[in-house]
Amino acid sequence: MYAQQVETGTKAIKSLAEMGPEERAFQEKIDAEIKIEAKNWMPDNYRKTLIRQISQHAHSEIVGMLPEGNWVTRAPTLKRKLQLMAKIQDEAGHGLYLYSAMETLGADRDEEIEKLHSGRAKYSSIFNYPTLNWADMGAVGWLVDGAAIVNQVPLQRTSYGPYSRAMIRVCKEESFHQRQGYEILLHMMRHGIQAQKDMVQDAINRLWWPSLMMFGPSDAESPNSAQSMAWKIKRHTNDELRQRFIDQTIPQLELLGCTVPDPDLKWNEERGHYDFGEIQWEEFYEVLKGNGPCNRERLETRRNAIQDGAWVREAAVAHANKKQKQQAAA
Amino acid sequence: MTKYDELTEFLLRLGDSALIQAQRLCEWTGRAPALEEEMGMMNVGLDLVGQARNWYEYAAERINDGTDADTLAFRRDERAFRNLLLVEQPNGDFAVTMTKQFFYDAWQFHLLTMLKGANDERIAAIAAKSLKEVTYHLRRSSQWVERLGDGTEESHQRMEKAVDIVWRFTFELVEKNDAELALSESGHIPALTELPEQWLATVNEVFAKATLTLPDAPNTFYLSARTGMHSEHLGTLLAEMQFLQRAYPDASW
Repeated sequence: MYAQQVETGTKAIKSLAEMGPEERAFQEKIDAEIKIEAKNWMPDNYRKTLIRQISQHAHSEIVGMLPEGNWVTRAPTLKRKLQLMAKIQDEAGHGLYLYSAMETLGADRDEEIEKLHSGRAKYSSIFNYPTLNWADMGAVGWLVDGAAIVNQVPLQRTSYGPYSRAMIRVCKEESFHQRQGYEILLHMMRHGIQAQKDMVQDAINRLWWPSLMMFGPSDAESPNSAQSMAWKIKRHTNDELRQRFIDQTIPQLELLGCTVPDPDLKWNEERGHYDFGEIQWEEFYEVLKGNGPCNRERLETRRNAIQDGAWVREAAVAHANKKQKQQAAA
Repeated sequence: MTKYDELTEFLLRLGDSALIQAQRLCEWTGRAPALEEEMGMMNVGLDLVGQARNWYEYAAERINDGTDADTLAFRRDERAFRNLLLVEQPNGDFAVTMTKQFFYDAWQFHLLTMLKGANDERIAAIAAKSLKEVTYHLRRSSQWVERLGDGTEESHQRMEKAVDIVWRFTFELVEKNDAELALSESGHIPALTELPEQWLATVNEVFAKATLTLPDAPNTFYLSARTGMHSEHLGTLLAEMQFLQRAYPDASW
């Protein structure tokens, strides 16, 4: 998932006894692991939370094409070019079916995109970092898609049916991207010259902490998590998922023969997990506020794309209308 | 400057055109007028890089000096590239991009249809596979030319301007050529004599639906992709596309 800090609009979680009959029936369905479908009754805040989360996720897929677009014109071989183009195409596809899932909730794609462009809707903070060498295309696949998968695998069981089904499809493609990304790095480390190995380490150094930030604030700072979990939109806390990601990623890092820029990272036998250093939350909140290294450029590119394409979309509509009239007259 | 035998040059003309067209499509990433078009352009681009690779692999086998598809794509200078002048032109707005795409698709469609029947089995096989893809490309770009030409006042004007910008590079799509005549006489490829008329017929048909006027035959001299006399745009395109292979010649990716 590429959603961070999704507002739920609730202050406290109601008990079943406090709910009206409709809401109680809804919550009982959720508790019994029955999927909520578009036509079912649902609390207003559940609907709004989902719209926020799914749109954030869709926006992230689209904005996430941009750091890759920075290198797709410079991919070093035909094979790598094809792989990256296919990945970008998949992301556009993910964006499309996530927007569709979101529209089942009564939201409008254009309106939600407008919220993104005016800065009222978020997308994952990770895409506000620049891609500065070719190894970033490997590291984005391995770490960023890797972190996304850790988030998305539980979302395949999320309580809202259309979102859950979209996630099942997205997950398959994301894990393919992740393996491909890792293979880019492994090839550079095993068969590359020193300059390439330096690129890999440099990419990991830059992307490691921002990847950990993808899981959102720590549990203590996540006032919305409890409600999202009660609704089973979310299945695990941010910190749980972050730990899971670190635990599964470090052995892969060792296989590469690389390091992460965290002197406090070490295996904790007692916990059965890796310990790790403090995340720079100040940086995270600055990026979320719009002050990251590429926030301006990313949004500007997306705004321009939609503005510059307005005449194309208008022409398509005008032409379709003409055709319809002709057919009606015939 | 290396000049290869006629057949290899012909294969490079096909491969280079596909690759450069795809490279221009890559430049649209994240900038298309709609999400569906992001997918559409990448889809076409993917097909074209695949086609380029197939033509290059065959060319590399013929050159037979350790050259492979990647060397051909990433280690040649602009004077060695044989792509159509049309496809190296900058993207401009969506009208220019789509006009280039349409002219190129129509050319590919008729050329591949002929090459499908080549005696050279390798050419016939690549052509047959590519033709399936290009049939879809042509349908897509024809529809867009029609939509934009016969859409709004603004889109019509933009299309007229786009045609004006790229039309002069289409002379290469309709020129009769001795090298290809020789290739057909030696039995490698079918005669391509009908290609100019067929291309023009497709353009005429789509332009009529699009309410666009066909300009007079272009009068272009000096420039010629066959001899590597390109416009200045190709050099900067290659500088970007070939950067990693040029900067790290000993690297393996």
